[in-house]
Amino acid sequence: MSTGITKNAGINTNPSSTDEFIKGLWRENPVFVQVLGMCPVLAVSNTAENALAMGLATAFVLLMSNILVASLRNFIPKQVRIASFILIIATFVTIVDYAIQAISVDLHKNLGAFISLIVVNCLILSRAEAFASKNTISKSIMDALGMGLGFVFALFCLGAVRELLGNGTLFDIGVFPNGFQEWIIMILPAGGFFTLALWLLLFNFFKSKKVQV
Amino acid sequence: MNTEAYWSIFINASLVNNFVLAYFLGICPFLGVSGKMETATKMGGAVTFVMLISSICAYGIHALLVAINAPFLQLISYIVVIASTVQLVEMFIKKMSPALFRALGIFLPLITTNCAILGLALFQTSKAYSFTQSLIYALGAGIGFTLALILMAGIREQLEFAEVPNVVKGTALTLLVAGILSLTFMGFSGLG
Repeated sequence: MSTGITKNAGINTNPSSTDEFIKGLWRENPVFVQVLGMCPVLAVSNTAENALAMGLATAFVLLMSNILVASLRNFIPKQVRIASFILIIATFVTIVDYAIQAISVDLHKNLGAFISLIVVNCLILSRAEAFASKNTISKSIMDALGMGLGFVFALFCLGAVRELLGNGTLFDIGVFPNGFQEWIIMILPAGGFFTLALWLLLFNFFKSKKVQV
Repeated sequence: MNTEAYWSIFINASLVNNFVLAYFLGICPFLGVSGKMETATKMGGAVTFVMLISSICAYGIHALLVAINAPFLQLISYIVVIASTVQLVEMFIKKMSPALFRALGIFLPLITTNCAILGLALFQTSKAYSFTQSLIYALGAGIGFTLALILMAGIREQLEFAEVPNVVKGTALTLLVAGILSLTFMGFSGLG
């Protein structure tokens, strides 16, 4: 949820760069723990390939915007910072949009408007606001890499489950023996909600286990 | 030019391809502000209003960008217009109803990053809707968003009294409910 912008503001007392990297992967995973950037997570995770492409595109935009925001952090006036961040993000998204179109027209068609919608992915804006605008460039790069990979990982988890159960394949390669009845529901919108809910349950379950011990 | 009938555009945007439950647009406010019925209704109203305004603006901008042959500026100009519309609505609500302003809290400025609104602008452009068609589309999408938000708020208010295992509490439960709602909305798919 977007409230993540205000909490976990990245003001921990001097953690090392590796910490910044690791935290995004697991402890503060943007999707499973912070529940940020839900729209693309649910919408394009119907196959593993789409999910991976979307995740990588988002991670790239996150990395580039974090670098630029961190390097401009002393020049951007406080009042217009959100607007400037969004402009920076929009520029990189336009670049990614044209790049994907050049690389694979099919992929561009599959992802559709959701590439453009990376602009309004709360994850990217929240990292710019909560981390990159307050930290050095090198730290912001580590943060973006960690969060980006965490995002890719989460998207892939969802996409793989949905494609496996909904289509019986993984990366278009048949996995199950003949006669497997596909769960059509998994590739439909409702399946997205259910799969994500189940992953969150799993994460909550592990967290509660840890607290008890 | 798209010749789709007005009623068909409206039904499509509000029920068949509901922005929240079928396109997954605007999930953040959907999960965040759907705790109470009253806030949900007002949030829906605010989003519908911003959608109508930005739909009009997007139509104008698209015409302009086609005229000067600069389609690569589309995304950037849309987001700027949406951001300024939201700023306008924010000032308006702050003046008219400070209580509502506090209730909506962080989610009011976050309408800017509500993908439903940018999505609407992009879809209406790619579907080549005329001016009236765009307006109807925006209205349908806004009402569909409000409907989903209100349904969710109603269910969540009831869930407050239910005994739920600790592990399921929170976002996971909301997502499960959203999944079931999405299933029910699939029943509309024959209408379009």
